[in-house]
Amino acid sequence: MRSNITRRGFLAATTAASAFVALARPVLALTEAGARALINTVVTEINRVISSGKSEAAMIRDFETIFVRYGDVPIMAQYVLGNDGRRATAAQKRAFQEAFQGYISRKYGKRFREFIGGKIEVEKARQINAGYEIISTAYLRGEAPFEVTFLVSDKSGRDLFFNLFIEGVNVLLTERTEIGAMLDRRGGDIDQMIADLRRAG
Amino acid sequence: MNSFLGSNGAIARYLALGALMVLTACGTAQDTVSRADGIHDPYEPTNRRIHAFNKALDTNLLRPGSKRYARFVPVEFRTSISNVSENFSMPSVAVNSLLQGDLRSFGLSTARFAVNSTLGIGGIIDVYSEFGVEEVDTDFGETLYVWGVGEGTYVELPVFGPSTRRDALGRVVDIVTNPLSNTLDSPEKYYGTAAAYLTRLNDRDRFSSTIDSILYDSADSYAQARLIYLQNRRFELGDETASSGSDPYTDPYEDPYAQ
Repeated sequence: MRSNITRRGFLAATTAASAFVALARPVLALTEAGARALINTVVTEINRVISSGKSEAAMIRDFETIFVRYGDVPIMAQYVLGNDGRRATAAQKRAFQEAFQGYISRKYGKRFREFIGGKIEVEKARQINAGYEIISTAYLRGEAPFEVTFLVSDKSGRDLFFNLFIEGVNVLLTERTEIGAMLDRRGGDIDQMIADLRRAG
Repeated sequence: MNSFLGSNGAIARYLALGALMVLTACGTAQDTVSRADGIHDPYEPTNRRIHAFNKALDTNLLRPGSKRYARFVPVEFRTSISNVSENFSMPSVAVNSLLQGDLRSFGLSTARFAVNSTLGIGGIIDVYSEFGVEEVDTDFGETLYVWGVGEGTYVELPVFGPSTRRDALGRVVDIVTNPLSNTLDSPEKYYGTAAAYLTRLNDRDRFSSTIDSILYDSADSYAQARLIYLQNRRFELGDETASSGSDPYTDPYEDPYAQ
């Protein structure tokens, strides 16, 4: 009898919870303002790291923190692994995601010194399938300004960026090509590729 | 300016050559992109051999040359040379803007050439940019795009690097019809070529970390260069028809494993 009541209580609770989720959804959905705010935060934090005057290794660690906090790393890692992800075990996928996160931080973190004295300005936003794209302009010293576009989505359950375009070049697609080439060179050996990725970038 | 636009028939030469190119290139206009990632590269084996040649050229000549150029030549001088090279290209930019029906760019490039050639002492000083006037750049490859010629297959050109069939044809037309080399006498007409060569050395040095990362840190530098070139060129042209898989709006949330 008691268990019956409990079950009823549980049912009532879940119904209420799903009703709340249904009600709350439009409120929590990603808005243009939310997407802009996210990218403004990312840009501010990156600018802070650049102007911190820390060592390159420390900057790369800070960049990895920003990448993990504001980026949807699981979906990016999955997309970059591409077709080969289908035959990867859960453990391999986890290991890949971790290696990928470090690789991206090193590869792009190393380039931070090019941004010293420069700035990124968020300009306009446009709605896309998965959420919003935030178009910004990067002004680096001694270079012509160029366009950087961040793609933002809330499909992970939180507002996170999931891709970046630099002057039309899709960073995620470029990395997918790179990981595909690394796998080809290793005869499709996922473990070997992950081991080498930990040192690459 | 009259000299490079009218009297020597630069436009007529462009049009004649252009028409010829369109005729020969028409076959490519209907080309469909053969791969889901928006890359049409049926000559990949040949292209890869040319890529290996270009890479060796970079390793042995271009890269070390650019390092030496940057080390021994002051930055002010290198910038002036780049300005001269850019100024030399302005008449060609003006003609192409006109052929594309882009009167605004035509006006900007013509004015820039006039101002920089005079006040800027033969283009040594980029007076025009100092004024904060927008820079315009175009080429015959873009003119062909505007005229509706398809991108064609991907090609890697010896020395010049990544290109497409359309852009390769455009390059030939731009070189053959350059209004300045057809107007100036020797040796002045070679100044542009010399400046262009030194500008390339300078650019190789300025963008050294990006180029090194593509050529020497990648598992497949050919595939990286091809993808980056195609995406960036399509972005420049505003061409959204050629890319499908590399479509910016491809949604990884739909199926992250789909190629």
